[in-house]
Amino acid sequence: MRGLPSFLSPCIGQRRAEKRSLWPNSLGRHLTATVLAVTLGLAGPFASAEVGSGWPTPPASGTPTQQLSGPLKGGTADHRKFEALRGPFADGPEVTQACLGCHTETGEHFMKNVHWTWSYQDPNTGQQLGKRYLINNFCTNSRGNEGMCAQCHAGYGWKDETFDFSDETKIDCLVCHETTGTYYKTPNSEGHAACSVMFEGKPPIDLAAAARSVDLPQRANCGACHFKGGGGDNVKHGDLSTALTNPPRTLDVHMGADGLNFACSACHVTNQHVWAGSRYNIIAKDTQGTGLPGQRADVTTCESCHGLAPHPVDSVTAFKLNDHVQSVACQTCHIPEFARGGVATVVDWDWRTAGKTHDGEGYHEEGYIQGNGEHRYTYKSIKGDFTYDENVVPEYRWFNGQMRYTTIDTRFDPDAESIEINGFSGSRADERSRIWPFKRMHTWQPYDRGNGTLVYTHLWGEDEAAYWGNYDMGTAIEKGMADFGLDYSGEFGFIQTFSWWPITHMVAPKEQALACRDCHRLRNSRIAGVKGVYVPGRDRNPWVDILGTLLVAGTLGGILIHGGIRRFSPHDGEHH
Amino acid sequence: MALHHVKIFSIFERFWHWSQMVLIMLLLFSGFGLHGFHRLLRFDAAVTLHTLAALALLLLWAFSVFWLFTTGAWRHFIPTGSGLWSVLRFYAYGIFKGERHPYRKAYWRKHNPLQALAYLVLKVVLFPAIWVSGLAYLSYFAWRNLPNAPVWLESVALVHTAAAFAILAFVLIHVYLLTTGHSFREHVKPMITGFDEVDLTPEEEAYLRTDEPSQIR
Repeated sequence: MRGLPSFLSPCIGQRRAEKRSLWPNSLGRHLTATVLAVTLGLAGPFASAEVGSGWPTPPASGTPTQQLSGPLKGGTADHRKFEALRGPFADGPEVTQACLGCHTETGEHFMKNVHWTWSYQDPNTGQQLGKRYLINNFCTNSRGNEGMCAQCHAGYGWKDETFDFSDETKIDCLVCHETTGTYYKTPNSEGHAACSVMFEGKPPIDLAAAARSVDLPQRANCGACHFKGGGGDNVKHGDLSTALTNPPRTLDVHMGADGLNFACSACHVTNQHVWAGSRYNIIAKDTQGTGLPGQRADVTTCESCHGLAPHPVDSVTAFKLNDHVQSVACQTCHIPEFARGGVATVVDWDWRTAGKTHDGEGYHEEGYIQGNGEHRYTYKSIKGDFTYDENVVPEYRWFNGQMRYTTIDTRFDPDAESIEINGFSGSRADERSRIWPFKRMHTWQPYDRGNGTLVYTHLWGEDEAAYWGNYDMGTAIEKGMADFGLDYSGEFGFIQTFSWWPITHMVAPKEQALACRDCHRLRNSRIAGVKGVYVPGRDRNPWVDILGTLLVAGTLGGILIHGGIRRFSPHDGEHH
Repeated sequence: MALHHVKIFSIFERFWHWSQMVLIMLLLFSGFGLHGFHRLLRFDAAVTLHTLAALALLLLWAFSVFWLFTTGAWRHFIPTGSGLWSVLRFYAYGIFKGERHPYRKAYWRKHNPLQALAYLVLKVVLFPAIWVSGLAYLSYFAWRNLPNAPVWLESVALVHTAAAFAILAFVLIHVYLLTTGHSFREHVKPMITGFDEVDLTPEEEAYLRTDEPSQIR
């Protein structure tokens, strides 16, 4: 129960925020806050750092707590006692059938979520998104490579287009719910012999033990896939790494095992197996805050817990910080760097160098030692060259939450210098926009030079076209495109691509948040590239500065001359 | 007409002057820090200091405006052309020749014409420019969603900074002029004791001696 009060503590902030949100308009709120701030400010303008230092960041607690998935704790059933879970189970689907025996509606619920469908249609652009269709600038495409990639599909056996998305017994309950840590998945198809050897010799899984261990998903469950997106630890996101499996609160103040110890689902709240908080549909600026009690259980924004005035107004600084909420995402100041905690992220990937072999055999090179001492591959025959970075200062941009993807259907100028995998919109003039932090991923990746499109590359397979084993890019693209009836000119090249990853995890304790001066400075401002707004300290009118300086210097010069003449004139001081 | 030691700066005026001096110093220091001219304060400390000093100064000005109009002291600042030229000529030329300052303080005219004009410009141009732009600056987040708010913010910042430079120049001249004449000390003293030498008409003197004995020495 230790965890319960600490989970509730941010709610103190919520209630404060709610009270003030009763004001009819922002001006009224603003004036109240001004009066409050000034009153408090006069009392102790410089004491703000000390006042309320325990809020909302909880102090590190000595004893480990259980991960918190939400405000409620303690179920009504002990799965270890369930007859149906005694086993033995021959395979995963048998466990799933046992689960569905009691959780009768869960199959239907689950089959609607993105963990199952890998499909999402953007309601604003109409674009068909989802892992099933998209091309990224890491391993490029899962389409046609499901035998490998769908290891991270929350189901059993998706290896090609024949997978039955209506068969609920193919749902993988264990990958998210088992807590023994012994469960693992292997590719759904064998792949080329050169690759499948990697997955041999694993210990058998005790499915019954795993089934009896089920609980609400722990960070390790979600992390099994989400920490390893892009083919390795923290390769893709930058702010999601195995360092978050058991992080100190300095790495993530919410997930810190020695602090609040939130599970992922504490924020990614779940309703009938559908999760809040999607990269495909981002609320860049939450204007609703906490809502009334019981409301807003379907959003993952910071504001949904912390409210719209998250800094308790006990100083002028806090009052100004609350103002900034309108323009600056919480993440911008509170995640000073990403890829912290000793695990590096890939920031640059070069497919042009892939395919080098030693006597026909693929190989890899380790050339980077990350913060936690582990060695990382800097070259793989199957993927090319990687560049890593750690403790990365994000890129900052106006962002309104809307991404527009370059999909397999998008035509672009084949001679373009670079293309954006997911361009996004946002500007100062757009009221839904705030300044957000991003990881920017740069890649040289294959494309159809004749048609000006991205390509599906056939990477994984037992056949002679699969790139992973045969190392012939042209053949792999030809098959990857032909398998889905897509037009391919027959001429591929490599193009520079950028993808943008909004940073939202690895929230540091507030004492490590950015200082004002990190942005409000003339040189090396964090937001040097953010246009469309006058930022005091960063911006200036050069004419005012030049003329003002000349005025002051001229005045001083005039005084010196005037005073000098007086000093050396024979009559000064003799009379009044 | 004869020179007498008369109290020309009441206790409120002196309090006004010196607290305004302190606040303006704090504002110039913190403001130019925020602008990036020095790094002697943390940004948030400078914001706090600047905001609180500005609000305190606005409060002081509210009181001073009230005082000026209720006491009739505002009349000291009515601009006049008469004698302005001779004062200008004195500072540009006569002062080097050891000439006598052409102006004599009168009971209802304690500033020379140049002084009165300078203070008037300060009161009706520079100070309003800086506090109107300052309040707009401070409340930016209340109007940030209006059309073209960033452009307006830039103009607000421009006016605010330009006024700050002008006020700094004023302060420099103001302090320098204290060194003219007899001595710096002699010039500052009236603003501490309240008393200065004033040309009184016999009627004024009689009035003060009879009805306001504490105002004349």
